[in-house]
Amino acid sequence: MNLLSWTRRGLMVAAAGAVVAAAALPITAAAQTPPDVLIVGQIAEPKSLDPAAVTAVNDFRILVNVYEGLTRYKSGTLEVEPSLATGWSINEDGTEYTFTLRDGVMFHDGTPFNAEAVKFNFDRMLDEKHPYHDTGPFPLSFFFGAVQSTEAVDATTVKFTLNAPYAPFLSNLAYPTGLIVSPEAVKASGKEFGRNPVGSGPFKFAEWRSNEAVVVERNDDYWGEAAGTKAVVFRPITDANTRVAEMLAGGIDMMVEVPPTSLGEFEGDRFSVAEQAGPHVWFLILNAKEGPFADKRVRQAANYAINKEAIVNNVLEGTASVAAGPTPPAFAWAYNDALEPYPYDPGKAKSLIKEAGADGATLTFYVTEGGSGMLDPVPMGTAIQADLEAVGFDVKIETYEWNTFLGEVNPGLEGKADMAEMAWMTNDPDTLPYLALRSKAWPADGGFNSGYYANEKVDKLLEAARTATDQEERARLYREMQSIVQEDAPWVFVANWKQNAVTSDRVKNFGLEPSFLLHLQKVVKN
Amino acid sequence: MGGYILKRLVSAVPVLLGITIIVFLIMSLIPGDPATAILGSYATPENVEKLNRDLGLDKSMVQRYFIWLGNMLTGDFGRSFSLNRPVIDEVLERFNATLILAGTSFVLCAILGILAGVASAARQYGLADKAITFVVLIGISVPSFFLGMMMILLFAVDLRWLPVSGMFAIYGGGDLPDLINHLIMPALALAAVATGVIARLSRSAMLEVLRQDYIRTARAKGVPERRVIMGHALRAAMVSVIPVLGIQAGFVLSGAVYIEIVFQWPGVGRMLVDAILKRDLLLVQGGVVFVAACYVIFNIVVDAAQSLLDPRIKT
Repeated sequence: MNLLSWTRRGLMVAAAGAVVAAAALPITAAAQTPPDVLIVGQIAEPKSLDPAAVTAVNDFRILVNVYEGLTRYKSGTLEVEPSLATGWSINEDGTEYTFTLRDGVMFHDGTPFNAEAVKFNFDRMLDEKHPYHDTGPFPLSFFFGAVQSTEAVDATTVKFTLNAPYAPFLSNLAYPTGLIVSPEAVKASGKEFGRNPVGSGPFKFAEWRSNEAVVVERNDDYWGEAAGTKAVVFRPITDANTRVAEMLAGGIDMMVEVPPTSLGEFEGDRFSVAEQAGPHVWFLILNAKEGPFADKRVRQAANYAINKEAIVNNVLEGTASVAAGPTPPAFAWAYNDALEPYPYDPGKAKSLIKEAGADGATLTFYVTEGGSGMLDPVPMGTAIQADLEAVGFDVKIETYEWNTFLGEVNPGLEGKADMAEMAWMTNDPDTLPYLALRSKAWPADGGFNSGYYANEKVDKLLEAARTATDQEERARLYREMQSIVQEDAPWVFVANWKQNAVTSDRVKNFGLEPSFLLHLQKVVKN
Repeated sequence: MGGYILKRLVSAVPVLLGITIIVFLIMSLIPGDPATAILGSYATPENVEKLNRDLGLDKSMVQRYFIWLGNMLTGDFGRSFSLNRPVIDEVLERFNATLILAGTSFVLCAILGILAGVASAARQYGLADKAITFVVLIGISVPSFFLGMMMILLFAVDLRWLPVSGMFAIYGGGDLPDLINHLIMPALALAAVATGVIARLSRSAMLEVLRQDYIRTARAKGVPERRVIMGHALRAAMVSVIPVLGIQAGFVLSGAVYIEIVFQWPGVGRMLVDAILKRDLLLVQGGVVFVAACYVIFNIVVDAAQSLLDPRIKT
């Protein structure tokens, strides 16, 4: 009965709609977006607005405007600066972090931000016995896996004890997983907190209309500089062509992740395009355990044989730059400026292959159809295939849908493939090499070193960099690691993506951040 | 009649049960699991195992199937992993949107298709017949998503008459004129192919009926041509058109998937595509079962309507 009445109601509305539509066809629409309200075209519906529960950059873009963490990235960099914490001290061996908290900060629900609130946040995520642990799951809680205990020393002092020195801790706190939620709001909403988010940021949550929009409004009681717009509306538009059409038609004021081939549409005065390199690297994992790539010379040959300039300029239309090594240049403080990308030199590649006796080898190449950070993987894969065939390899591509692809690649390439596409976006120079280049990070040990690269020196450098608390010292260790890895060539280093966004001429003061997060506090719109 | 419908309803039960098994098997057997989809690059075996446990996916397939089925019989469709809300809330909300879109399209294609077919048949090989046949051929040949994109470029981006996408204006909309404004393009794009099919079929059905003796008799009696066509011929022709309407309703529903993506209509088709990509098992399963149930019921209604029109079809 219920079903029937649904059907009948739907049909009646539909029939009425059809009649009125036919009568009123030449409607003058073209609604302008309202002033002082910024409408952002997002790539998907957010999963949740609970920062501890989400994993997607798409969701982070909303969260960083509603919540704040103890630390944040200094504008224009990936270096950490104080946010809700005004300062911190680290003990001698790097296992105790004591933070002084900003006084007088209130959550949007009027409850105070203090050390107890911080403790609640981390206990909820990490302690399976915490009464609100069931508001999870918290898929990225391992970012804080080193935290043994959190202690509220007094109202404005909180102390974290780590089970081992872990230098990326401060930048993980600046990552969206470390954003602080209101404990009282979690207690009030329980599992529904993700749809009723309460933070302390420059915008407060107003409403979430499923599949239509998330609306946030200016927080008039914000402790810092007030937001530049009355409200921001985040609209999910999953289809890239439709997102471009909405931007052209004036239905949205800003869009992120413009497809490279559509950038040409936004030339001229009506729009401005922002670009920002970020902590992204696109590479090929080479199987260093067996087959031709077990020989370092053949791995280097692959780096010489592939025309990366052509890939970033022609396939990606200039939306990426050529990668030189395993660490993206966006980590300016830890990046080795002295590294030059492998030049495109098919002659040198051929002679290296000949030297190694690998002429005419057959290579199995895993390509994905799409996926987070993978850019345009199929055209990139075929361009790479052509370049490798030009130096004498016989390359067989196997294409997989993204989740299947991860299921094939993450357990390791042994016995299956010689090379695979991969891309990572991280928040700390430690993350990717630690998870994907150490000999203790082979898939059997739960890591992502799917190509079985092993170099004792690299292992030692990465362990040392993780435990050093002095940033200069860490930077020196990472730089050394990068030159060794580049020489060893466990990967083909292909591209560093530049995130882009388009804004209409009504939007001012907008800039992208290297963290790929979208800070809209200062943006104004007339 | 009542007995016939009851019989059909009873026979729908094994069909729906079969659908639950098929959709469950497909979602369980395709490679990739929800934890991998959620964790992305961070899907270490350890993280995947922990998250699967948190999501309740560590039980055997048979156990999970019966838990799911049992819960569903009590009206509990479970919770979506990717949207973090009850599946049934999401499905009902989305289905409402799809029903508005597909329902409008269906009414449009039925009315326009039958009118076009009758107009063509009324004067075979006349100017109207040729023009309609030509337009119908285009309607059938152009893929609906392409038609939709072209409509967006012309009516929304260039002329700015209509909004590009969505179901309501994003700020300060929500009333009926707003809905209609957003509905025009997707409904027309979705109706195009089905209109063509129905027009062709109505034309040939009408032509056949018009050749029959009783039509000649009616004309000889001096019945006005309008009444011959709209009264005598149309009712007889509808007997062969209506079952096709039922089939076209299915096509309109499935075609809505493309149209919903192009126009970002918040319907059940777009929901299913997103859910499959994110391996949101319960949302896909719940959505498919719900849509299938509606389709089965719709077909029963169409069959009943047919037997009302043509008493020779014994119930």
